[in-house]
Amino acid sequence: MTEFLQHLVNGLSVGTIYALVALGYTMVYGVLKLINFAHGDVYMVGAFAGYYLSDLVGVRPPWSDPPPGAGETFVKATIVTMGSMIICGLLGYLIERFAYRPLRHRARLTSLITAIGVSFLLEFGFQLSPLMKSPIEFPPGPSPRVFPALLERSGYEVLGVNLSNYDVIGLAVAIGLMLGLQWIVYRTRFGTAMRAVSFDPQVAGLMGIPVNRIISWTFVLGSALAAAAGIINAVSRPRIEPLFGLMAGLKAFVAAVLGGIGSVPGAMVGGLVLGLAEEYVAGYTDSSYRDAIAFTVLILVLLVRPAGLFGRLTVEKV
Amino acid sequence: MVLLRQLLRSFLPFLVGLPLLFGFQAALQAAGSQAYTLLLTTVGVNIILAVSLNVVNGATGQFSLGHAGFMAVGAYTAAKITLALAGIKLSFLPEVLSDQIFFALALAAAMAMAGLAGVLVGLPSLRLRGDYLAIVTLGFGEIIRSVIENMPSLGQATGLSGLPLRTNLVWVGVSALATVVMARRLSVSTQGRALFAIREDEVAAEAMGVDTTGYKVRAFVISAAYAGLAGALISHAILLATPRMFTFVRSIEVVVMIVLGGLGSITGSVISAVLLTLGLEALREFQAYRMVVYALLLIVLMLLRPQGIFGTHELWDLKLFKKRGAAKAAPGGAGAGGAP
Amino acid sequence: MRLSRALALTTLTLLAAACEKKAVEAPKGAAAPAAAAATPAGDTILIGHVGSLTGAEASFGVSTENGIRLAIEDINAKGGIKGKKVAAKTYDDQGKPEEAAVAATRLITQDKVTVLLGEVASSRSLAMAPIADANQVPQISPTSTNPRVTKDGDKTRPYVFRVCFIDPFQGTVMAKFARENLKLKRVAILRDVGSDYSVGLADYFKKKFEELGGTIVNDQSFKAGDQDFKAQLTTIKGKSPEMIYVPGYYTDVALVARQARELGIKVPLGGGDGWDSAKLYEIAQGALDGSYFSNHYTDENPDPLIQGFVKRYKEKFGATPDSMAALGYDAAHVAFDAMARAPDLSGPAVAAAIAATKGFPGVGGTITIDADHNAVKSAVVLRIEKNKARYLATVEP
Repeated sequence: MTEFLQHLVNGLSVGTIYALVALGYTMVYGVLKLINFAHGDVYMVGAFAGYYLSDLVGVRPPWSDPPPGAGETFVKATIVTMGSMIICGLLGYLIERFAYRPLRHRARLTSLITAIGVSFLLEFGFQLSPLMKSPIEFPPGPSPRVFPALLERSGYEVLGVNLSNYDVIGLAVAIGLMLGLQWIVYRTRFGTAMRAVSFDPQVAGLMGIPVNRIISWTFVLGSALAAAAGIINAVSRPRIEPLFGLMAGLKAFVAAVLGGIGSVPGAMVGGLVLGLAEEYVAGYTDSSYRDAIAFTVLILVLLVRPAGLFGRLTVEKV
Repeated sequence: MVLLRQLLRSFLPFLVGLPLLFGFQAALQAAGSQAYTLLLTTVGVNIILAVSLNVVNGATGQFSLGHAGFMAVGAYTAAKITLALAGIKLSFLPEVLSDQIFFALALAAAMAMAGLAGVLVGLPSLRLRGDYLAIVTLGFGEIIRSVIENMPSLGQATGLSGLPLRTNLVWVGVSALATVVMARRLSVSTQGRALFAIREDEVAAEAMGVDTTGYKVRAFVISAAYAGLAGALISHAILLATPRMFTFVRSIEVVVMIVLGGLGSITGSVISAVLLTLGLEALREFQAYRMVVYALLLIVLMLLRPQGIFGTHELWDLKLFKKRGAAKAAPGGAGAGGAP
Repeated sequence: MRLSRALALTTLTLLAAACEKKAVEAPKGAAAPAAAAATPAGDTILIGHVGSLTGAEASFGVSTENGIRLAIEDINAKGGIKGKKVAAKTYDDQGKPEEAAVAATRLITQDKVTVLLGEVASSRSLAMAPIADANQVPQISPTSTNPRVTKDGDKTRPYVFRVCFIDPFQGTVMAKFARENLKLKRVAILRDVGSDYSVGLADYFKKKFEELGGTIVNDQSFKAGDQDFKAQLTTIKGKSPEMIYVPGYYTDVALVARQARELGIKVPLGGGDGWDSAKLYEIAQGALDGSYFSNHYTDENPDPLIQGFVKRYKEKFGATPDSMAALGYDAAHVAFDAMARAPDLSGPAVAAAIAATKGFPGVGGTITIDADHNAVKSAVVLRIEKNKARYLATVEP
């Protein structure tokens, strides 16, 4: 029983990250009908941005002497997180503006290929050996880096199950962000504009909605969420390297599809469910197929219920 | 007479090509140039991969990212067969010939198994569109690799080594020729028309009575079979088959080739495969930037010239070749119709 | 239709009946062997290195490259070999075996290197080996541990060598240590299923441990680059092992250790030389205290050779060397030493000199090349205390 509950906690912890990244995917897809292949790599850039910012801001680990006070930790953690979110938001804006916008009127395949190109550019670009050494070593190169501990870890044991404050905070932040996003999408003018653009971009434009601006802001928002996910993940699993965004991105995509692509609560639920599925299947059967599980889930969802858990089946009109 | 002409059309390239290839290979072996042999083998294999992927991505308009998975299936099948038959020969033939016959058998089996994999992957996937199909095929490629990595009989992570050297320029040349001829024959056939129709507008094609799923699966199977052939050839050139050779980065490299050449253009695929392989070899000094250059190439191509170098045009659509008599009227017409 | 089918069937049956075993033939090379590499003209000796400088295993390739570069600097500072300076040409294989083959071919046939160094991974070394043999150019692998790299079936490859342990030895070392020194009965294994190094070590550990009467209570896998191992660790915890053997690379092991502690697993972990890197401790932060691993050397060793190497590496590259850097360094030096001893710089002569290497003082231990072209070295077992590796025991081969 303890094992089962432990798997539950682990699954939720992993699922939180998928959920956060899936939120960004789902938002972008909802508005542009484009799978932003590069989203996983924006997540990676977020983690690295946090790494560099921590360096610049001077984050000290909890075991240093004298240990940093609660105030100092909180302030620095916030600066790092906010900074990273801003940087990734900017990155998202640039990607949309220069790689996707010119292709909006062309075949979807073209945008998909471009997305793959951007994804590879980020991954392999970050793998290049450092071209500049100060103030930061950039690009970071292929060796993994250690992400600093922004917050001290405290572990709890409840009913024989081990969890940590990272898990709890991560989940809380994810839920908070999701609720915030829901509020934005359904209660603000910006959100209404987003929904209008996702429904029919041409007519929305005719109605006076600044379509380009809305789309840019959607990208910015989605990328900022990915950055937040990157930081949360990097704090509890402190090894970061340029190629680690790829798998996370693909799994988040599966999560978004599972929940119903285009639906915010769907992305959240999809992420958690995928995390749990991966955890239970890996735990109770042969764990070497862990990556394959995500893809199997994708194939099953697309075959059995393509709209996902919360999505609506759209009919293609000719 | 018509039958003879048709047969000739399909086999002429081989009748001409085979002696040329034998001569070429003999010349290279006499010159002792190993580096060129391996390079040309790689070029040939890339041509096969590009042209076969073009059948699905270009002619049918379905975006598949799982090509490397089929390569793997073909490579491992052929490897298991040649390893099993390595110590056996046919008594009435010289050893060299019997080896070649067994290799031909291995290649045929590789194509068959890869084709089967194509059916298994294609049937569920081909109901999906565009982006979803891309990710699902990518997923299948990774699943295939996962399975290989977990099977001790396939050597797990180390793979199968000690494969006998069987690939030579004749095999590669013949296979490349076969792939190009296949693609060409397909594009001028009824099936090819159906594929183009599906590419242009799937709903309309369905409305016109074209069995879209059936044709898509068939294109997928053909493409997978030739990918298997390519995989088998490259494994028997470097005498090794490991899962690392068939990652999805490999699939993307093939995609870059056909996108550069022009989705839907066989000539484009061939030329860009040759250009990219030779070009990257020539630029070995800057190899660290290889993937970054690939990525930028993709982005810039899509922004500036999404149809690639050739678009959907073919070399043989040039006026130069069209003048040749009434006998070519049918393929000439199909050629013009096949290049919208 | 009937006739053609019958015909096909008959042909197949005849073919099957005509099959007979081949006479044992001489091993076939990758292509017709070129003339043995003549002594290079000019006053530079060129060696080649094939490594993964990009891709998923780039950090290992870059480390090895750094080790080789340092070795070249060292030997040139001493005046080179036979008065000639040494230079290296490195090609990236992007982690792909077929690229390794192409790179090796190019280095040998076009750049005409005297010695080939590479590769880190056994699968890529296997791609290079037939080419080295066919062209009679010696190849030294710094870290490939699969026995098949130096042996083609039952025969030793004439031109392929390595300066590291092979899987059977290292896996056995830890198994014996766990069983005989630590007196453990129940061990779980967590292996990297995508790495032939990890799989090899895990398999040999399992074999020896069970041979010695122990039980492997659970055998789980992960893939290099995975971030979360809690699923596997939770299952392992449920089987109450006394130790978890994690023969992976430091990049993953550190996270595994952290997550194991987070789950309340208190038993020690065990591993191999892939653990050796300063980053291991940086990431693990004490999670590995009390764990053991087998290695080529310990940097506690006050031997000036090792300390000098660590110091120079830190100065040049700004990081502490890991085992890949150390072995790259050794592979290069073994090559240099052989070239100095050989009567000339032709392939067969250098290969013979490498094969005769005895008691060569390497950073990764004293190297003697045995008849199988593997390095005979003792292994040390280290115990991690307070985030540092402490020497515990030496195990002779």
